[in-house]
Amino acid sequence: MSDSPENKPVTPSSPASAPASAPGPGTAATSAVEPPSRWRTTFNEIIGGSVMISILAVVLAIVAGGILIALTDENVQKASVYFFARPGDTFAEIWKSVSGAYVALFQGSVYNFKRPDFLDQIKPLTETLTFATPLIAAGLGVGLAFRVGMFNIGGRGQMLIAAACAGWVGFTLHLPWGLHLVVAILAGVIGGGIWGGIAGLLKARTGAHEVIVTIMLNYVAFYLVSYLLRTPVLQAPGSNNPKSPPIDPTAVLPDLLGPKFNLHLGFILVIAATVFVWWLLNRSALGFKFRAVGINPNAARVAGIDVKNMYVYAMLISGGLVGLAGVFQVLGTVTTGFSSGIDAGIGFDAITVALLGRSKPWGIFIAGILFGAFKAGGFAMQASQGIPIDIVTVVQSLIVLFIAAPPLIRTVFRLPDPSKPKKPKAPKPAPVTREAVAAK
Amino acid sequence: MSDRLPENVTTSNLAPTGGLPPTEHNNPDSTPALATVLVKSWKAPIAFGIFALGAIILFVVFGRDGESTFKLSTDVDLIQLPVVVLPTRTTGIVISIVLVLLAGLSVWLVATGRKVRIWLMAVFAVLFLVAFLTWASAGQTIPVPGLLVGAVSLSVPLIFGALGGVISERVGVVNVAIEGQLLAGAFVSAVIASVTNNLFAGVVGAIIAGALVSFVLAAFSIKYLVDQVIVGVVLNVLVTGLTSFLYSQVLTADPDLLNSPPRFDRFPIPLLSEIPIIGPTLFRQTIIVYLMYIAVAVVFFGLFKTRWGLRVRAVGEHPQAADTVGIKVNPTRFWNVMLAGAITGLGGAYFTLGSVGAFNKEMTAGAGYIALAAVIFGRWDPIRATLAALLFGFATNLQYVLGVIGSPVPSEFLLMLPYLITIFAVAGLVGRVRGPAAAGRPYVSR
Amino acid sequence: MKLELRGITKRFGALTANDHIDLTVEPGEIHCLLGENGAGKSTLMNVLYGLYQADEGEIVLDDVVQHFAGPGDAMNAGIGMVHQHFMLIPVFTVAENVMLGHEQTGFAGFLDLSAARRRVREISDQFGFDVDPDALVDDLPVGVQQRVEIIKALSRDAKVLVFDEPTAVLTPQETDELMAIMRQLKEAGTSIVFITHKLREVREVADRITVIRLGKVVGEASPTATNAELASLMVGRAVELTVHKDPAKPGAPALVVSNLSVIDARGQVVVNDVSFDVKAGEILAIAGVQGNGQTELTEALMGLQERVTGEVTLDGKSLSGLSVRKVLDSGVGFVPEDRKEDGLVGEFTIAENLMLDRSNGAPFVKGGGLQLAYLSTFAEEKSKEFDVRSQGIGTEVGRLSGGNQQKVVLARELSRGLRLFVAAQPTRGIDVGSIEFVHKRIVATRDEGIPVVVVSTELDEVVALADRIAVMYRGGIVGIVPGTTPRDILGLMMAGEIPAGVEPLDPEGAAA
Repeated sequence: MSDSPENKPVTPSSPASAPASAPGPGTAATSAVEPPSRWRTTFNEIIGGSVMISILAVVLAIVAGGILIALTDENVQKASVYFFARPGDTFAEIWKSVSGAYVALFQGSVYNFKRPDFLDQIKPLTETLTFATPLIAAGLGVGLAFRVGMFNIGGRGQMLIAAACAGWVGFTLHLPWGLHLVVAILAGVIGGGIWGGIAGLLKARTGAHEVIVTIMLNYVAFYLVSYLLRTPVLQAPGSNNPKSPPIDPTAVLPDLLGPKFNLHLGFILVIAATVFVWWLLNRSALGFKFRAVGINPNAARVAGIDVKNMYVYAMLISGGLVGLAGVFQVLGTVTTGFSSGIDAGIGFDAITVALLGRSKPWGIFIAGILFGAFKAGGFAMQASQGIPIDIVTVVQSLIVLFIAAPPLIRTVFRLPDPSKPKKPKAPKPAPVTREAVAAK
Repeated sequence: MSDRLPENVTTSNLAPTGGLPPTEHNNPDSTPALATVLVKSWKAPIAFGIFALGAIILFVVFGRDGESTFKLSTDVDLIQLPVVVLPTRTTGIVISIVLVLLAGLSVWLVATGRKVRIWLMAVFAVLFLVAFLTWASAGQTIPVPGLLVGAVSLSVPLIFGALGGVISERVGVVNVAIEGQLLAGAFVSAVIASVTNNLFAGVVGAIIAGALVSFVLAAFSIKYLVDQVIVGVVLNVLVTGLTSFLYSQVLTADPDLLNSPPRFDRFPIPLLSEIPIIGPTLFRQTIIVYLMYIAVAVVFFGLFKTRWGLRVRAVGEHPQAADTVGIKVNPTRFWNVMLAGAITGLGGAYFTLGSVGAFNKEMTAGAGYIALAAVIFGRWDPIRATLAALLFGFATNLQYVLGVIGSPVPSEFLLMLPYLITIFAVAGLVGRVRGPAAAGRPYVSR
Repeated sequence: MKLELRGITKRFGALTANDHIDLTVEPGEIHCLLGENGAGKSTLMNVLYGLYQADEGEIVLDDVVQHFAGPGDAMNAGIGMVHQHFMLIPVFTVAENVMLGHEQTGFAGFLDLSAARRRVREISDQFGFDVDPDALVDDLPVGVQQRVEIIKALSRDAKVLVFDEPTAVLTPQETDELMAIMRQLKEAGTSIVFITHKLREVREVADRITVIRLGKVVGEASPTATNAELASLMVGRAVELTVHKDPAKPGAPALVVSNLSVIDARGQVVVNDVSFDVKAGEILAIAGVQGNGQTELTEALMGLQERVTGEVTLDGKSLSGLSVRKVLDSGVGFVPEDRKEDGLVGEFTIAENLMLDRSNGAPFVKGGGLQLAYLSTFAEEKSKEFDVRSQGIGTEVGRLSGGNQQKVVLARELSRGLRLFVAAQPTRGIDVGSIEFVHKRIVATRDEGIPVVVVSTELDEVVALADRIAVMYRGGIVGIVPGTTPRDILGLMMAGEIPAGVEPLDPEGAAA
């Protein structure tokens, strides 16, 4: 991209950013722009670039969440009535409410020092990893689609279909231990993949925009699964509730740390999935094609890459990964039978996870764990402090908004503009610039 | 194509010399640039065929016996229309035959190089619908006015949302945040109307709330160049979280003060409200609905007949061209996105002040996404988008009505319908869908 | 109106696009601004039009210093512009396009379309244009669209009219017409700035000529200067317009195209029943004005077009209906005309771009995985061989100059064991040094006995490279003539005419 600092979105293809491609003064040798050294790139990344921006975005969002908690706290409100008489009371109450909330969040997500023995003390951490497991899987799916230039908002639908498939195998087929689990997981991944693949196929064949199609498929999946939950296909026998029977023990993801903890085999699988996606994107031929299509589909097509097929494959894999999250929900988290709310909003959270992780596999892994911590801690906070878990949603979406707009963060924290601002890897439509040619 | 430059006359006179066999552009007359090949679109006949086949299967093969009763008037109407009673199976068979004939007609039209006109599609759709209602209500009574009134009511927020979507996308900013704007409007209007006990204040609050959500959308997408779809989706999540948090944390603490707004009463318009069927449907509604009629008309005429509309469309189609004639692209986008949010926010007020009477968590329940679908299905045209929103509202209400009389179709499938229709629409099965050319692309000037 | 630019300087980052440029245009004068691609002509005009703000210098109209914050100010001051890429909204009618930005309105902001129509007709009549005010711009041929642009400027009473490379999309005849219009405008007292890099046009119409190079004014010339004088002024040294090459030793026909037609998405026959062949070891140049089907023809050869009829064979094997992948695998090398859009992935490194169209198997891919070690060896070697000047193979291609980018494309395509080489606009928008390099490599490829197709809208390039020349006009091939054919005849052919006495080389090949 163009290296002029204030105009980073200018397309390099614009003819009259032409000065950039004009023969440099003197010999042509000087016309190549010097890339920064490796050390400098890393330094920029940390100080002015993406890593620092991400951290500051999280900080800013947590501060904003704190303000919200303080403003809505009853004791703070009461104290603020006589603020001018005794301002200290107000500040004390603000401190109490905000610190109480975040301490509860920390205790619920990382380490609870109030518990007696060590195992109990670190249980929150395992809860965090448990919540993170489906978030990472779905985040990998959404992030992969981003890298191919597509926006998969269909996480909810893909998870629901995957959960229904995996669940159905889980309580209908009675297979031996081991095989049952494998078949159930595969069924879910394939179900999610197909549901995602529909959007990819429609985009490839008819040009239908995947954003619209995936949103619509969310609702179709929801009503489809709701309907099936009222029929003997998914409904528990003898029940009137739209809920499925419990999963056979042979199809449940085994606990990693014994029955005392909820952390299940899914966490190992999701590490494997992260490694797989990393390899796929950075070391495989398919990933090379994916990335080429994601950045410049025209050049990819001219280079003999079947762009349409890449869209289909990418959405199949993306849907499969998101489907894996649905599988974790139904075979790991809620094994006593599921309803049409089994997706638990993870499909949408996954978008924020992918954006926070900048669509890079390990970035998503870390972002998933962070948001898993928010979730685990959020429930603890709700239980002990009476603060609705929805605050977590607010903080998460603020993080993503802040991350998406580095200039905003820089303004808030008065950071210098690094010479080479790093862009998020999310697909950005080529901006229309004054110079960009309309003639296509 | 036909008006070419005068020099072509000379060109074509000279061209056939030099031993070249004549090619198509050497015609002696003055000559369009290139020959064109007629592109036949078989989409309409295929769709007609599928639906005609469906009609035969559903209404003939699985035909139901009995009589279907349609009540066309409510008890309070001045002019009472007679009750229509149709024999279920016979009606189904007759209409199915007509549908098959229409499908045949469409095949003939396309085969002879003509187009299937929109009115033919409308006739086909209405006939199919009548047949479906007849089939579904065998041995039962369908209150037609009730069905339609409910459809309009359910459509109101969708239409406001769709208008907001149309304006925003026409000016070049994809508006996925309709859901958030509606929800913000619903929340703020409930709280303000409740505290002030003033409906007008509530409506103003809703407008401001919608505009505020739009402000974030505009600021992030225009100033910070963040992908518009991403901002939209995240904004929806943010508003959902924020309103749910405030609802649980604040509103539930004192619902009498904060969440019990007054409601708009129905206000029948004299004379108009007594027209059979149309009167009860359109003219016995609340002020918000009448505002909606005005909004649709204003947006339509505004977009296509005024300077404002010309500039909005120019900015959304080709921002550079607009810039070069002195139109300030980004301010135009900014203020119109704000306007779109304000209109959508007004629609949000309908949830709390027009129908439910209190705010609930996530009460918009995806209406914003349906409104977005209506924008696309309506091809970015305010009137068509309104019709699409009405269609979606109708499908939803049909599910309620059929639920009451005991539907032979699972309600989930009717609820699915708007979404399926939209998928078909964007997949181009209904017709080529083309949005504003520059929608979704930020404009960077130096 | 008298226009003066005084000491205009515009910088983009470290690059100075305009360096203290002075320019004076007298009332009723046609002033040509001549310069190479990227010399800074368009930047200067965008400053004049208020699209860019100058870092230094001032714009003076009739001795009044102007401050343009945007195009609106420039227009109000009487400056009009006919843009190289038309600034028209395709879905609007002519009248709507003309009125946009200074709409006449009636009650409540309602548009007065009939006034706009009247204005269009008035101006059309005055200059003898035949433009229907209610036609959709999208439906109009480019020549007419350009007239709409002129009407747009005139309807705002422009006193200074800037034409930015207006002839790039016109046939020679349309160009002549445009010249006539410019003279007519000049008679009416309008000052005209005419930006171009084509010498013939300059000499024909200009009253005065200013030449800029690398962002600086390098001299003024009179219209009586010779082509060679103007060219050397423009490039900064004596320019060798010819390429040194030995006579071709053509072998048997390798690429045979017969009755090829392409229909675009709108149902237009953009390539109409084209037949030709290219022999091993010769360069066939396809000449023609931009937009006469050359783009679609090359895309059809590559398998990039959807609706193609006719037959294409390479060394006896059919290429028709093959996917792009299969065409590439058949040994066809391709340099697309828009390298940034179609030839390269800007955010990929040089190395990654060098394997862009070889990601389907050995040697770059084994067992589904990338062979990164092999790739870097390969990239180092090719960078050296093709003189790609960069800080290393890990540099993002988007950060290279146009010439170096084109070398990357060439390096990729020419290292694949070719049986056919297709280069579309191979030197568009690159510096002179790179042009020479590219031309040398193309001739070298021919000399290896590979059939070469070069598509170019620049007659100079066509004449310099071609062994034979096929001229395209409105989708068809007007004729195939020897590489030695004089330019004036080629120019006539580009307008669809076969001048008397010209024998096409192989009438059966040019058959339609």
